Amino acid sequence: MTTPTTSAQPIREEALRSALSSRARPPRPNALSASLTFGWRALLKIKHVPEQLFDVTAFPIMFTLMFTYLFGGALAGSTGEYLQFLLPGILVQTVVFITMYTGMGLNTDITKGVFDRFRSLPIWRPATIVGALLGDAARYSMASAMVVVLGLVLGFRPAGGLIGVLLSVALLLAFSFSLSWIWTAIGLILRTPNSVMMASFLVLFPLTFASNIFVDPQTMPAWLQAIVGANPITHLVTAVRGLMHGTVTGGQIGWVLLMSGVLVAVFAPLTMYLYSKKK
Amino acid sequence: MSARSGSVEGAGGLAIFAEGLVRRFGDNVAVDGVDLKVAVSEIYGFLGPNGAGKTTTIRMLATLLRPDSGTARIFGHDVVREADEVRSRVSLTGQFASIDEDLTGLENLVLIARLLGHSRAQSRARASELLDAFGLSEAANRQVKNYSGGMQRRLDIAASIVVTPDLIFLDEPTAGLDPRSRNQVWDIVRALAAGGTTVLLTTQYLDEADQLADRIAVIDHGKVIAEGTPGELKASVGSGALHVRLRDYENRPEAERLLSQALGVPMLLESDPAALSARVSDPERVAHALAELARSGVAVTDFALGQPSLDEVFLALTGRPAENDDAEDEEDAA
Repeated sequence: MTTPTTSAQPIREEALRSALSSRARPPRPNALSASLTFGWRALLKIKHVPEQLFDVTAFPIMFTLMFTYLFGGALAGSTGEYLQFLLPGILVQTVVFITMYTGMGLNTDITKGVFDRFRSLPIWRPATIVGALLGDAARYSMASAMVVVLGLVLGFRPAGGLIGVLLSVALLLAFSFSLSWIWTAIGLILRTPNSVMMASFLVLFPLTFASNIFVDPQTMPAWLQAIVGANPITHLVTAVRGLMHGTVTGGQIGWVLLMSGVLVAVFAPLTMYLYSKKK
Repeated sequence: MSARSGSVEGAGGLAIFAEGLVRRFGDNVAVDGVDLKVAVSEIYGFLGPNGAGKTTTIRMLATLLRPDSGTARIFGHDVVREADEVRSRVSLTGQFASIDEDLTGLENLVLIARLLGHSRAQSRARASELLDAFGLSEAANRQVKNYSGGMQRRLDIAASIVVTPDLIFLDEPTAGLDPRSRNQVWDIVRALAAGGTTVLLTTQYLDEADQLADRIAVIDHGKVIAEGTPGELKASVGSGALHVRLRDYENRPEAERLLSQALGVPMLLESDPAALSARVSDPERVAHALAELARSGVAVTDFALGQPSLDEVFLALTGRPAENDDAEDEEDAA
C-alpha cells in the first residue's frame, strides 16, 4: 500500500513554460480508438481495485455450489443430474447480474466529476460508454470462465463440446452487452450509485428467478408458466443450454439476437440522449 | 502570438462572446441574462458568492449545458451548434477534481492524451513532461486518491493542458487549498496566460481576482452587476476599508459625524455598537480623520485599513451583503 503524500515537489516554471509552448494538436482519434482507450481505463481500474472482481469470482462459486448441493438432490434426484441442468442457467444468472455494475460505474463517474472532463473532450460521444462496456466484457468473460471451470470440476459434461460452450458464452456476452444499455440509461437518470443498484436489483431478481434457470417450468402453475415463457431470460437460458448440450435450434439463437438488437436499438439512443442532456 | 492569429474569427478578436445567456433549473433562474466579452489571451475573473451563477455560466460556455436562451460563441464558434469545434479549443477544470482517483497520475494524463489523439509514445512523453513541470514526477505512479488536495488540483490542471488549449475554464481553482498551494496555482495560471492561453476563472475572493485577472465581472443572482479592470472595480468601492472600534459605544454618533466629514464618505454602522467602517481611497485622509477623532476626545481602541473584502464590494454594488445561496450547488449535484 502506498501512503498518502502531503508534500509535493515545487512547480518547475521553466519546464512548465516549455510544456505550454507546444500547441501541437494531434488528429482527432476515431471512434474505435477512443472506445478502446476507455476500455483500457476499465482494465486499469480492475488492476488497481481488484476487490471489484469479488462479484465475478466469489458469487458465481457460491451460487453454483449452493444450488447444486442444497437443491440438486431434491429437484432432480441427484446433484450430478441437476448440475447438467443448472450450470448453463447459473452462468446466465451470474453474468446478467453483473451487468448492473456498468450503470453503477457510470453513475460513480458522474458523481465524481471525471464525467465532465470526458464530456468536454472532442471525442466520439458514445466512446465513454462503449469503452466501459468493452471493459465489462472482460469481467463477463472472467465470470463465465469461473462458472464453466467450476462446473467441469464438479462433473458438468456439456454434450456440445468446447465449441458449444464457447458459442454459448459468446451469445451470452452479446446479450449482456445489449442489456447493459438499460443500466447505462438508469445510471444517467438516478442520482446515486446505490439507487442505481437498487433499481437494477428490482428488475433483475424477478427476471432471473421467474425463469427456467433453476427449475423446469413444467412443474409451475399455468399462469406462472405464461410469465416464465414471456421472460427474455428464459429464452436466453434455453439458447445457452441448447448450445452447451448440442440441442440448440436456429430459432432459439435468433430470438436472443433479436432481443439483443431491440435492446440496443431502444436503450443506446436513449442513453446517448440522456448523456448529452445531463447537466 | 502569430500562431494564434488564425484562431480569431467572426467575433472581432474575442475568445468569448456571450449575449443574454439564461439558464433555469426548475423555478430557479441560475443565470439571468449574462453578457460577456473576453479578449484573446486575457485572464478574466468571474467573481461572486456561491450560487451566483458562475459555474452554470462556465458549463454553458464549455458546452456541458445548453442555454435556455441567449447565444455564446467561443473563438467565433457557437457553443450549441458547433459544440465539437468549441470542445477542441477549450479545456475545463471543474470545481471538483475531474480526474480518476483509482488511477495513477501518469495513467490519468496518458488516458487524456490518448483520447486527444496522441500516439502511445507521444502520450507517455507528454504525460511525463507535464508531471515534471507540475512537480508531480515522484508521485507519477501513485494512485491519485493518495495525493494531497494541492497535488490533485495540479494534476487536474495538468490534465486540462495535455493539449495546450486556446481557452481554459478554471472553476474556483484554489478553493480549499492552503496558501502555498494556492500560490502555486496562481503561478500556473500566469504561465498559461503568458503562453497565450485565454483564461476564464471563477473565484469567491476579490484578492485572487485582483492578483490574477486583467478584467473582472462581478456576478450575483445570475446577473453581471459590475465589470471592469480590478482598478476600476476597486475605485468604484473605494480602494480600501477603514474599520474603527471605539472605547465607548455612546460616542458612535459623534464619531460617525466627525469621520464622515473628514473622509467625505458616509459611515457604515456595524452590528457591533462600538464599531463603524467606511470605504476610503486615500490613506492620508484616513490619518487626518483619525487625528480629528483624537482631537475631539473620542477614544479609539482599534482601527484597521485594508483591502475591501468581497462582502464590501457586494455591499457597495448591491446595497446588501453577499450571501451564499446553495441553490446552484444543489443543481450541480443533481
